[in-house]
Amino acid sequence: LLRLSLPSKPGWRGAMEKSRPLWDNPLQFVFACISYAVGLGNVWRFPYLCQMYGGGGFLIPYLIMLIVEGMPLLYLELAVGQRMRQGSIGAWKIISPYLCGVGVASVVVSFFLSMYYNVINAWAFWYLFHSFQDPLPWATCPLNSNRTGYEEECEKTSSTQYFWYRETLNISPSLEDSGSIQWEQALCLMLAWLVVYLCILRGTESTGKVVYITASLPYCVLIIYLIRGLTLHGAVNGLIYMFTPKLEQLSNPKTWISAATQIFFSLGLGFGSLIAFASYNEPSNNCERHAVIVSLINSTTSIFASIVTFSIYGFKATFNYESCINKVILILINAFDLEEGSVTADNLSDVKEYLMATYPQEYAQLSPQLKNCSLEAELDTAVQGTGLAFIVYSEAIKNMEVPQLYSVLYFVMLLMLGIGSMLGNTAAILTPLTDSKAITARFPKEVISGAVCFINCVIGLTFTMEAGNYWFDIFNDYAATLSLLLIVLVETIAVCYIYGIRRFEKDLHGMIGRKPNWYWKIMWAFASPLLIVPELQRIFSPLQGQLVTKDYPSYALAVIGLLVAASTMCIPLGALVTFIRKRLKRERTLPPSSATGPCWKTAATIICSSYL
Amino acid sequence: MLRVLLLTLSVVAVADAELCKPDAQNAFKVRLSIKTALGDNAYAWDANEEYLFKAMMAFAMRKYSRKSTTQISNVLLCNVTDRVSFWFVVTDSSKNVSTVPGSEVEAAIRMNRHRINNAFLLSDKTLQFLKITSTLSPPVEPSTPVWLIVFGVVLCLIVAGIVLLVVTGIRKHKKKNKESTERENLEEKGEVTVTVENGIPCEALDFKAGHVNGVFAADDERFTSL
Repeated sequence: LLRLSLPSKPGWRGAMEKSRPLWDNPLQFVFACISYAVGLGNVWRFPYLCQMYGGGGFLIPYLIMLIVEGMPLLYLELAVGQRMRQGSIGAWKIISPYLCGVGVASVVVSFFLSMYYNVINAWAFWYLFHSFQDPLPWATCPLNSNRTGYEEECEKTSSTQYFWYRETLNISPSLEDSGSIQWEQALCLMLAWLVVYLCILRGTESTGKVVYITASLPYCVLIIYLIRGLTLHGAVNGLIYMFTPKLEQLSNPKTWISAATQIFFSLGLGFGSLIAFASYNEPSNNCERHAVIVSLINSTTSIFASIVTFSIYGFKATFNYESCINKVILILINAFDLEEGSVTADNLSDVKEYLMATYPQEYAQLSPQLKNCSLEAELDTAVQGTGLAFIVYSEAIKNMEVPQLYSVLYFVMLLMLGIGSMLGNTAAILTPLTDSKAITARFPKEVISGAVCFINCVIGLTFTMEAGNYWFDIFNDYAATLSLLLIVLVETIAVCYIYGIRRFEKDLHGMIGRKPNWYWKIMWAFASPLLIVPELQRIFSPLQGQLVTKDYPSYALAVIGLLVAASTMCIPLGALVTFIRKRLKRERTLPPSSATGPCWKTAATIICSSYL
Repeated sequence: MLRVLLLTLSVVAVADAELCKPDAQNAFKVRLSIKTALGDNAYAWDANEEYLFKAMMAFAMRKYSRKSTTQISNVLLCNVTDRVSFWFVVTDSSKNVSTVPGSEVEAAIRMNRHRINNAFLLSDKTLQFLKITSTLSPPVEPSTPVWLIVFGVVLCLIVAGIVLLVVTGIRKHKKKNKESTERENLEEKGEVTVTVENGIPCEALDFKAGHVNGVFAADDERFTSL
């Protein structure tokens, strides 16, 4: 085969190159994307946003943002991956050599994410293993040392909060008191990493089979929970509360920006995982259809999960409200020796008035203990994140019949969601590494995957310390948020304006068989980048314009700065390094000899600059 | 005669009232939550139940002090309310007009709490002696925590899976290496005809993944459009 000096194009690999591993069928690819995109955020972030920003009314900005921002950006990433057939670093290098920094930034962000994300899987394992007991360990408070009552810490809060903060995290009072590594959590973290290693060991061969389970099992559990949730006593209260639209929230700009941010992060754009998954596709795969399918399924799952969550909320709120009322009734009948059953929830206020009138002194003594029980107050406690997943849900589960079964189902679902997302994250790190010839020549794939898992596990042990949850919050808030928005902004601008939207159109035509219609082009060129800018703005606190709003010690601030800088600086640094290398190469390949005429010089320049 | 009898009775009644009243010395308040405990099977609290209670208290005192001197008449109840709560004292017949010390009564009740609860089909929570706190029974804890057992099982399965995959991977790799070295040796000797297409041996072509022929890479720009 003649090696012609053509500009390096994708697909040109020379004669004897090993072919790229592929998904067994397009369904595996779709399942992998769904498994990656549908993660814990759909379960624990979207219901919170719904509650905060107007209930049923939030669906309007959410769906609009899905169509305007989510689908186009997802299609863009999948198309880039499928066309370039390389991981993020290689793909962006092909688009423009100055953009290799974008790929590196994606890998760095994925690395940070996988460090702390697997700790959630460790917690899910911990709860799962503890679900095989009767009664569930978070159902009752432990007894205090002389067995006359319950532990003081537990009495003040609740048994589920005690189990989460004391028995699971063993949290220290602040970030400064690091404490020691909790060996139980460390074991669970190691197990979580072993599970991830098992799934990515063979690359797409093993990942392709695993995603069948991680993508479909959560839906089975969600359906079971939907049926169970809707039949719980008081679930309707939660659903009414959620779906009553508060349309005045639509005029609040925060609502729209939150919707945009949620769509953006929910789809997992910018990490390089989608590019990695798409690079294992057949070149003729219809990624446009798949992009639409995946984004629709992701959003539908969010809405579905929030129905389940709100019926659980309603059940928990009703249960707590009724317990509160019963406690007040008990205090009253004990203090005034009234007959049992004479005071019920209906006549409680009348009885209170009567007692206040007839026994004013005794009633006044009692009044600090008589809380005002309100169902709205219970429903208003909006929770998101680990608090929702591990405290609110476990509290609801402990009050159901056969709690062990529901507990096991729920935590298995959390595990599937978490592991599915981890598969995407590790693919984003490993695909560029296995694409690089220098590394694959020396080490087999299994060793590279093992090394990545091992390093992440060791660093992840920080999150199992007593102050680990504070570090977790830091990573969760700062490791990915700013960097991703910048990465995707640069990506969109690069594809539309540097690579050229016409060239991209032609590539897509070559792959799918038809050109993208005007809608996609307008979204890529104008709408999606324009929507990212206000999201960037929102990250910086409106009051002081600074990124960090909480009061952290200086070394924590240094870590935050490092996290943000490590990924964002890659983009300009990559461009700079490429520029310098080009200059050096150009100077080297053009020896100052008299035999070279002007034609040879220009030809040489063309060859060198195109081989980068 | 009758007058003397009436006088003694009234004195006794007054003495009783003196001994048994709310917050009296050595008196205990008892609170029963029968409806909470038994729901539809709840019984009504009447004089017979009170008699049973007195009997149980006398029984407890007898068991505790091992003296057979406490009679049912020694247990005095008063201030019975609709809640079903009342006060009681245990009098000492040997010493006139005095009550058994509260500590003794408390110890007796603690010793026989289980029997007393069962007599009324109630529990520590629903039959409360307000000054006597009950010690809560700790939950049954197995010797090895259950979670470690489940963890161990899952860990073994995962490690077995990893080892299996790694070993099969190594074997496949070795087999491939052996085959390619064999073929190279045979090629050097010129004994094996390897079907070759365009310089690529057929076996190396992975038919599933396909092989992109670079010369024909989709490149519309090189072909003149119609």
